[in-house]
Amino acid sequence: MKKISQSRMFLLLLPITMLWSCQTKDYSALVNKDIEEFRAYFTERFPEVELDDFADGVYAIDDNAREQWLAMEDFPPYSIAVEEGQALFENSFSNGKTYTDCFPEGGAVRHNYPYFDEQRNMVVTLEMAINECRSANGEPPLEYKKGDIAKISSYMAYISRGKPVEVKVSSQGAYEAYLKGKEFFYAKRGQLNMSCAGCHMRYSGRRLRSEVISPALGHPVHFPVFRLKWGEIGTLQRRYAGCNRNIGAKPLAIQGEEYRNLEFFQTVMSNGMHFNGPASRK
Amino acid sequence: MTITRRRFLRTLGGTLASAALAVTIPLQVFAKRSDEAFLSGSLEEAINAKYGSLPIEDSGQIQIKAPQIAENGAFVPVTISTDIPGATSISIFAEANFSPLVASFDVLPRMHPDVSLRIRMAKTSDITVLVRAGDKLYRATREVKVTIGGCGG
Amino acid sequence: MKVKAVAKGDAVSVKMLIKHPMEMGRRKDAEGNLIPAHYITEVTVKYNGEIVFHSELGPGVSMDPYLAFTFDGAKAGESISLSWMDNKGQSERVDAIIGGT
Repeated sequence: MKKISQSRMFLLLLPITMLWSCQTKDYSALVNKDIEEFRAYFTERFPEVELDDFADGVYAIDDNAREQWLAMEDFPPYSIAVEEGQALFENSFSNGKTYTDCFPEGGAVRHNYPYFDEQRNMVVTLEMAINECRSANGEPPLEYKKGDIAKISSYMAYISRGKPVEVKVSSQGAYEAYLKGKEFFYAKRGQLNMSCAGCHMRYSGRRLRSEVISPALGHPVHFPVFRLKWGEIGTLQRRYAGCNRNIGAKPLAIQGEEYRNLEFFQTVMSNGMHFNGPASRK
Repeated sequence: MTITRRRFLRTLGGTLASAALAVTIPLQVFAKRSDEAFLSGSLEEAINAKYGSLPIEDSGQIQIKAPQIAENGAFVPVTISTDIPGATSISIFAEANFSPLVASFDVLPRMHPDVSLRIRMAKTSDITVLVRAGDKLYRATREVKVTIGGCGG
Repeated sequence: MKVKAVAKGDAVSVKMLIKHPMEMGRRKDAEGNLIPAHYITEVTVKYNGEIVFHSELGPGVSMDPYLAFTFDGAKAGESISLSWMDNKGQSERVDAIIGGT
């Protein structure tokens, strides 16, 4: 059989590929439209708040709470966790390698997470990447809600402060994960039949008993969080589980598919803002 | 671990004298720690254990910066300052706590008479600050509300 | 114990954050046993051998105690010595260099 030259192959395949690319959607454009609507909801609701200040949550909208937060920022309670996180990050594994062998820029890569892993067709979060680094180097995984993983994550967040939130949704797989996270955010659940959106959009800025509900815009960008109620540093997904439990819904698996997709959606909605973790919250 | 304590003699001699004293006297030179005061279960008992029966008068020269509604009763940020001349001691009490005396500070020669700390408040109550100057106690109070929010977890 | 000491003109602002549980001694663990009291009782700061800050703390102070004060007469580049002791006899001492101009 006569060998077809490469350039000929290309010319034959060109119309087919052109036809195929017309079928693929501009996922970025679809997502950007969602982001604009989501952001507009909050900027209209809280017109005095600058976009980046939404990362301060309740402290951007409530003076009494803000004053206390500023007092805490004088010497933030998470400072100890960041220091301990740095020591953990710089400590070698048994095989002599360290986290810097997995994470470039000395670990200042918090802004690269979460991302959609095309090969594995799943969302990868920072905490998941930390544990994958450990298992790649023969170390046992860390518990996902608090403790060492939260300290390492808070150190990485701290040295990544100011980095932009620019999560990409540019494939069908990523868009599907995004849609699942979006659905989770808007769906009602639990005995109290509440949704994330119900409290953190519709009820944002209003009181639930004596609490002022924080706006969802910018929610994930300040994590991990030293929650005064916990008396320690904890991860975003720990908060997801706690919040679900509060509304009488079953807390789902930490770093399971649902919470990873939710984190993905929430971070995409914060595109255009800047990471400012870790943070102190009530 | 037993620690020797000796009464620290306050002189008006200024920093030179106190520096000389500090060099020759070991670290724990202050009056016997107010253990009893810290263990007292009521505000009156705690004040008495700490300061004896010195006369107390309310003063507008003590500033207490504390939240109206505490975000979390386990971490209430408080800043106290005073411009009462000759202040030698500042103590802070949270009336509704199991042990009302929270902390006390000696106002030393070089120190500005203001301090900041984070305290625990069991429930809504007054913060009482006492400033000792000479043989009198000056008092200011400020209420802090401590509530249960809607979003536990 | 973390320290931030900064000179502003003639005054030095000192802020401390001390990792400590400040256990009140009134809580119970999962098995119902009382968790013994464990809290810082005394914090002292010295400059040039002179005590510039002395405070007594009780379990009413929040965990990981934060304390801040200001004192006169020291300059950037000089050092201060900070120490604490708790009811179990544990203690820590750190020296810190005053920053600022």
